[in-house]
Amino acid sequence: MSATDRTPSAEADVCVVGAGPAGALVARELAREGHEVVVLEAGPRFEDADREARMERTIRPAYAPDSVWKMGGPRDAYRSTGDRHYPLNAARVKGVGGSTLHWQGMVMRLHESDFRRASESGYGVDWPLSYEDLRPYYARAERALGVAGASDNPFAPPREEPHPLPAFEPSYSDALFAEACERVGVTTHSVPNARNSEPYDGRSPCVGYGTCKPVCPSGAKYDASHTVRQAEALGVEVIDRAPVQRLETGSDPGRVEAAVYATPDGTEHRQTAREFVLAAGGVEIPRLLLLSASPDHPDGLANRSGAVGRYFHDHLFAGMGGTLDRRTRQNHVGFLTSESHAFYDEPGRSTTGTAGGVPASDAALSAFKLEFLNYAGPSPVEMALSADDWGDSLLASLRGAYGTHVGMGGLVEQPPRAANRIALDRSTTDDHGNPVPDVQWSLDGRTRRTLERVNEVQAVVLEELGVDVDWRVGPENTGPAFHHMGTTRMGTDPDESVVRPDLRTHDVGNLRVASSAVFPTGGATNPTLTIAALALKCADHVAAALEPSASATG
Amino acid sequence: MRLSRRDALAALTGAGIVSGGAAATLARDQSPDANPDRVPELDADTVLDEETLATLVAAAEVVFPSDVSGITAFVYPYVTGKAGERPAFRDGVDAATTTLETYADLWRDASFTALGPAGRDGLLREMGVHTADPVPDGTHPERVRFYVVNELLYALYASPTGGDLVGIENPQGHPGGTVSYTQGPGGRR
Ligand SMILES: Cc1cc2nc3c(=O)[nH]c(=O)nc-3n(C[C@H](O)[C@H](O)[C@H](O)COP(=O)(O)OP(=O)(O)OC[C@H]3O[C@@H](n4cnc5c(N)ncnc54)[C@H](O)[C@@H]3O)c2cc1C
Ligand code: SF4
Repeated sequence: MSATDRTPSAEADVCVVGAGPAGALVARELAREGHEVVVLEAGPRFEDADREARMERTIRPAYAPDSVWKMGGPRDAYRSTGDRHYPLNAARVKGVGGSTLHWQGMVMRLHESDFRRASESGYGVDWPLSYEDLRPYYARAERALGVAGASDNPFAPPREEPHPLPAFEPSYSDALFAEACERVGVTTHSVPNARNSEPYDGRSPCVGYGTCKPVCPSGAKYDASHTVRQAEALGVEVIDRAPVQRLETGSDPGRVEAAVYATPDGTEHRQTAREFVLAAGGVEIPRLLLLSASPDHPDGLANRSGAVGRYFHDHLFAGMGGTLDRRTRQNHVGFLTSESHAFYDEPGRSTTGTAGGVPASDAALSAFKLEFLNYAGPSPVEMALSADDWGDSLLASLRGAYGTHVGMGGLVEQPPRAANRIALDRSTTDDHGNPVPDVQWSLDGRTRRTLERVNEVQAVVLEELGVDVDWRVGPENTGPAFHHMGTTRMGTDPDESVVRPDLRTHDVGNLRVASSAVFPTGGATNPTLTIAALALKCADHVAAALEPSASATG
Repeated sequence: MRLSRRDALAALTGAGIVSGGAAATLARDQSPDANPDRVPELDADTVLDEETLATLVAAAEVVFPSDVSGITAFVYPYVTGKAGERPAFRDGVDAATTTLETYADLWRDASFTALGPAGRDGLLREMGVHTADPVPDGTHPERVRFYVVNELLYALYASPTGGDLVGIENPQGHPGGTVSYTQGPGGRR
């Protein structure tokens, strides 16, 4: 098939919607098993050769951040109508590779406790899977993404095998933090990164461009276009600029017959297949199911429970930083090398070190982790390009501004609530005339309290380090970490959940979801390694579903 | 601080413009006794004319810090290297330097290069370039800000030499490896 042939594949066993990490992994695994797979992707392919030019866009102030990966405009129209504004187009990318083109690339496993949130902590729900169920898939996911990590996190769940690549060395400022943290009894450890610390899987090691988010010119940072290339080498057909408009069931309302997609010339096509996998991300998956309403499925496809689009949650950012009386060596690289899960399973615990500690809290809190930034404070090159000055006086102000900053971040778990949801806004349409997603998002008391708790811990550490604090992000000014979760939650009860533990929708026999949309709860770890593990599991279930009739037809 | 072709090469490598053979060609010019102030010879198929390059050098003398020397040896290969790879940049830089010369002609009755550094600085400020947003297809001052001032500042401060002036030898935009971030001030571990 040529790159511009966007006609349906005649022989598809499986149709995958979306070419982010979830869709790419499902497609690659099924192709390895010998199945015919077609992937429909709403966005374009981005040429590798343009990556440096994209990087320049991120540094030079002439360009809006969303323009790096061409987000925005009628295609990506949305509304945000909850208490909190949700900047959706900063939170995703449409194109071959999906949001991993833009992501940071921190990847860790959920903790064992995350799978038992309701039974252990009394809020949220339990997963219908355990850590043990996902454990082998996590190991495979780490190999697929090429994770550089060390087994030095005493709070992480058990693992038998080391990460595929050695961890990145801690940064200079990590060492400053580690000493202060030790003095107040807070354990620090390395960050697993989907980023090559040495050559891996045909990709370059990190060369320190420092612009990982939103673009890594060297290819050292994993993005799913890599897996898409592997899938294509195995025969997968990827049709780009082919947004799926709706899924249609046929004479059997319990099975999808076709995915109807549009092409740039405005034509609509029907892609038929035996099995369908939705991997269009946590916002577009529920939207597509709602857009697929029909007389047989009046509230949207796979929505007998009414849960499609509901329980939308994200991680919230909390942070604090300022300056030291020493050089701190920030902005050499664009990723993090140290963090702390010390409060993850016991957010209210106290700590004791040689120089005091963190006091206990008896408030009802959710999980959180702490991060130590390697890019706190201004980047001299970015500052120079937006200054009102040049020559010697510019150099003097750059010297005055750069060099002594440090910062801490943190991610807070948001408990899922039905009121937070992705709905359809029928008053606004996208470039194909479809109602746009309406993000209804707000913060609950537990999340606010936890954000305050994170700031409390951060203040103890920064004070011990001797930082003159000049910024703080807490409950008032927090924002989402851009991890869309929960909108087609997984569960065993068809009245409460959208997909089963095998990722098949309760209502539709040949429709599965590979995404953080299925997360019942999201813990406080970045989601994509878990998305990848679930995608590999999903591929196994799809392969099994294809088996009986495959043998029946010889 | 003296800039050289080596620094231009570093800036071009960061921009993804120089790799492999092109890097080798530029690097051949790096013998320690090479005169860093020598105006580099331009290839026969040079993509920008002498006047454009001279205007850029004259602008760099204003926007770079005063203790930076070797500006010609830095600006020529950087700008021609980039213009050769990116036609839209070549056209933009060509037009923006022409604009600058036109303003100098109209307002000062002289060429931009002939105005001394203080005169050039004054002209740029009078045009409003210092406060203009950098916009590639914007107004005259916006284009001069984008294609002249910011291009030169980007070349300098995203390269290790310019970064060093500020205290960061591996600035954002430069692929300076994964050692410097682990080191303390003065290269300490
Ligand atoms: C700034 C930023 C930083 C992040 N940092 C991290 C991090 O450090 N660690 C981490 O774990 N995660 C991080 N994430 C989140 C991570 O990028 C996502 O979790 C991950 O990409 C989700 O994978 P996915 O395949 O489910 O969806 P996506 O990557 O969003 O891919 C979905 C694809 O489906 C396509 N699509 C959508 N609708 C349709 C349709 N109707 N028809 C056809 N195709 C469609 C889209 O165009 C897109 O390409 C970050 C995200 C952002 C934006
Ligand atoms: S620092 Fe980031 S952008 Fe640079 S090479 Fe490494 S991963 Fe890529």
